[in-house]
Amino acid sequence: MNLTLRVWRQTGPDDVGGFETYEAEGISEHMSFLEMLDTVNERLIEDGVEPIEFAHDCREGICGTCGLMIDGQAHGPWDGAATCQLHMRAYSDGDEIVIEPWRASGFPIVKDLVVDRQAFDRIVEAGGYISIDTGSANDANLTPIGKETADLAMDAAACIGCGACVAACPNGAAQLFTAAKAEHLNLLPQGQPERDQRSMAMVDTMEEFFGSCTNHQECSSACPKDISIDFIGMLNRDYAKAKLSGRKSA
Amino acid sequence: MALESKVPDSPIESMWEDHKFEMKLVNPNNKRKFDVIVVGTGLAGASAAATMGELGYRVKAFTFHDSARRAHSIAAQGGINATKNYHGDGDSVFRLFYDTVKGGDYRSREANVYRLAEVSSNIIDQATAQGVPFAREYGGKLANRSFGGAQVSRTFYARGQTGQQLLLGAYQALARQVKLGTVELHTRSEMLDVVQVDGRARGIVVRDLVTGEVTSHSANAVVLATGGYSNVFYLSTNAMACNVTAAWRAHRKGAAFANPCFTQIHPTAIPASEEFQSKLTLMSESLRNDGRIWVPSDPDESRPAAQVPEEDRDYFLEVKYPAFGNLVPRDVASRNAKEQVDAGKGVGPLKNGVYLDFKDAIARLGRDVIADRYGNLFEMYERITGENPYEQPMRIYPAPHYTMGGLWVDYHLMTTIDGLYAIGEANFSDHGANRLGASALMQGLADGYFVLPYTIGDFLADKLNEEKVPTDHPAFVEAEQAVQERNEKLLSIGGTRTVDWFHRELGKIMLDHCGMARSQEGLEKAISQIRALRDEFWSDVKVLGGADGLNSSLEKAGRVADFFELAELMCIDALERGESCGGHFRVESQTDEGEALRDDENYSYSSAWFRDGEEENSWTLEKEQLEFDYVKLTQRSYK
Repeated sequence: MNLTLRVWRQTGPDDVGGFETYEAEGISEHMSFLEMLDTVNERLIEDGVEPIEFAHDCREGICGTCGLMIDGQAHGPWDGAATCQLHMRAYSDGDEIVIEPWRASGFPIVKDLVVDRQAFDRIVEAGGYISIDTGSANDANLTPIGKETADLAMDAAACIGCGACVAACPNGAAQLFTAAKAEHLNLLPQGQPERDQRSMAMVDTMEEFFGSCTNHQECSSACPKDISIDFIGMLNRDYAKAKLSGRKSA
Repeated sequence: MALESKVPDSPIESMWEDHKFEMKLVNPNNKRKFDVIVVGTGLAGASAAATMGELGYRVKAFTFHDSARRAHSIAAQGGINATKNYHGDGDSVFRLFYDTVKGGDYRSREANVYRLAEVSSNIIDQATAQGVPFAREYGGKLANRSFGGAQVSRTFYARGQTGQQLLLGAYQALARQVKLGTVELHTRSEMLDVVQVDGRARGIVVRDLVTGEVTSHSANAVVLATGGYSNVFYLSTNAMACNVTAAWRAHRKGAAFANPCFTQIHPTAIPASEEFQSKLTLMSESLRNDGRIWVPSDPDESRPAAQVPEEDRDYFLEVKYPAFGNLVPRDVASRNAKEQVDAGKGVGPLKNGVYLDFKDAIARLGRDVIADRYGNLFEMYERITGENPYEQPMRIYPAPHYTMGGLWVDYHLMTTIDGLYAIGEANFSDHGANRLGASALMQGLADGYFVLPYTIGDFLADKLNEEKVPTDHPAFVEAEQAVQERNEKLLSIGGTRTVDWFHRELGKIMLDHCGMARSQEGLEKAISQIRALRDEFWSDVKVLGGADGLNSSLEKAGRVADFFELAELMCIDALERGESCGGHFRVESQTDEGEALRDDENYSYSSAWFRDGEEENSWTLEKEQLEFDYVKLTQRSYK
């Protein structure tokens, strides 16, 4: 099939950037979306045009490196799939496809379609862990954890940190990411001692970089791992509890 | 150069404990006086950096990814082995040790493997304490499964995302140390050289992938945790950016590269579709528990798979290996699939796969049971191929997946360069000629959490108050210049072919001649083809843009250039090893029935290759003879 691509090109964070139009000819429906971009890039190089920079790595939907706004949708038209899992079967001959980077002030553009998601790491550094030094752990079976609890924690832990939730949010909020990271640990017995501190520190750090949640739910519908917005509710509860517990009389 | 494995003189059961007592310690207050560099933040690198940070060392960690959470460890699906024996089914440290040495076809060092088995249980404790959500039974205890043909249930897992969860555990431990200030993390920073001063590794040179700036970093010791080199085949299950550059730069500086030809080709990946294919996707090995592998008996079969009657199907594994059937080890399953495809009996539009059929399992167990077991895999398959595996059989074909070879290391995990360590897949240490399923995660974390942080102390203990090497030392300046010159050279060639084109061509040569079957004739041919292609690369590659900013074509060009050199050494190693063992099948060395024939009399060693000075394409082989005091050597049989 032949396609017309409108691709965001930007040489660096200080450049204004703009759309360029490229013809993608002879594209196979068996290609993944990123293989289609590879093909376009190879032809650009042959024509002496610098290839389009885009982030990608595992190409099987688990590393969280890739992420494109495709026709205004984070990771494109397929539900529960990262950009690398989208295949060209989703398109027909003659289609025009608009490709942009994640659009969020918390994710500054590095070049073309590549953005900087370091703010996510700052949120995790603020408290997205359990403080346990290597070698000091008890036997793993000493603390029983009900299957349902473990499964729910795993649902949250499945987050791949791609940033689609932020890109899809009209406010550029990172609630779904932060909630997934915090609640994975807050739900488990091991996570209890630091639960209040974790909830406060992660939310406070999040707010330094990202907008506020106003319950649009775009985040969870864009999420390639279908992470539920229920986790946002849980984190809100934990945050309120942490802030209010131990409050002294004024 | 002599290889000193430094295996302690002690009974294997107490060797590691005894040795931990014998090793010198660094006083807790003195640890902060030492700088340690860790390159790579996958399972091995992140766990090592976090643990050394906890101990009090000043750690600098480097990754070329945008975050420490992205390394390809994250893609491991199946699980992690440990000798917990929670089910009382007879597992023990000795059994895991024995299975691992045997599974590696007796080409690994007993002492290292025993230690790996010994610390495996600690990994599960550590990961669980970090909050890794391993699968649980209803009673709240940890669940296990049997994996990769093991006869005990020793594999722990977190759905099909065990690697992801273990990596996030290590990443979070690392994030905690970053916050505490013990680890300085450098993301989007690619190591391009190791710097030696007075014969010791004293630092590295890195390129900032965003600004293009080349900088030096000095330390008392350097640790490489930079993964494997399956991408030498171009198409593999590895992530796109996986490469050999860090290990290869160390090799060029004098570190021996061991068993480069020991690569694992995993039997169940989705076959390549066309020339544009950029990588291969693995389908979990667990599918072979219920799927039946077959090809049509008639190479010209034109009916759709579901309409081919039983009498016209060749269930070649079940026929040839009645005892193990579809569950033969990875190398055997892969080789037999290749035989069928080579004989023209392949299936699919390119006739490059074999069927993995769930028809009988669905009839026997019902669609719901199969969906419960493999639903996510079936969905992944359908997403990629557009075919529904409930209705028509999957098509699979082997794909390069893991590399057992790597930098040679001693019992302390130190390479042949003093002060330079290699951990995880980057070293050659524990898997011999073939790795067992669910053992890669185990090894990466064993090295990073429980081995290296101890052994590095023994090395550093007598170096307290040694002078720091300033980064304007001539050795750093020279290395920085060399890195810049190489990048400028790549940019200035201005040829006609893209980097990917060269990489694809290299991959074809390697897959044809140094893949699942290797022959003297093929390997010799491959070596001359690789040399010719490499010359063409250096005169005709086209890399646009500059070195002063993000330029992924330039990054790739440097990595592919190193793959060319590695590829040649892999073929030389495969040529030298005249026996078949594990993943290395020499067509000249097979039994009357066409099975791999090991030759313990002549090849019971690990090959450690040293580069001959500055001369290109020239190596010297040193052999580390393998002694087996605890494991009895047998010829594998799966009939």
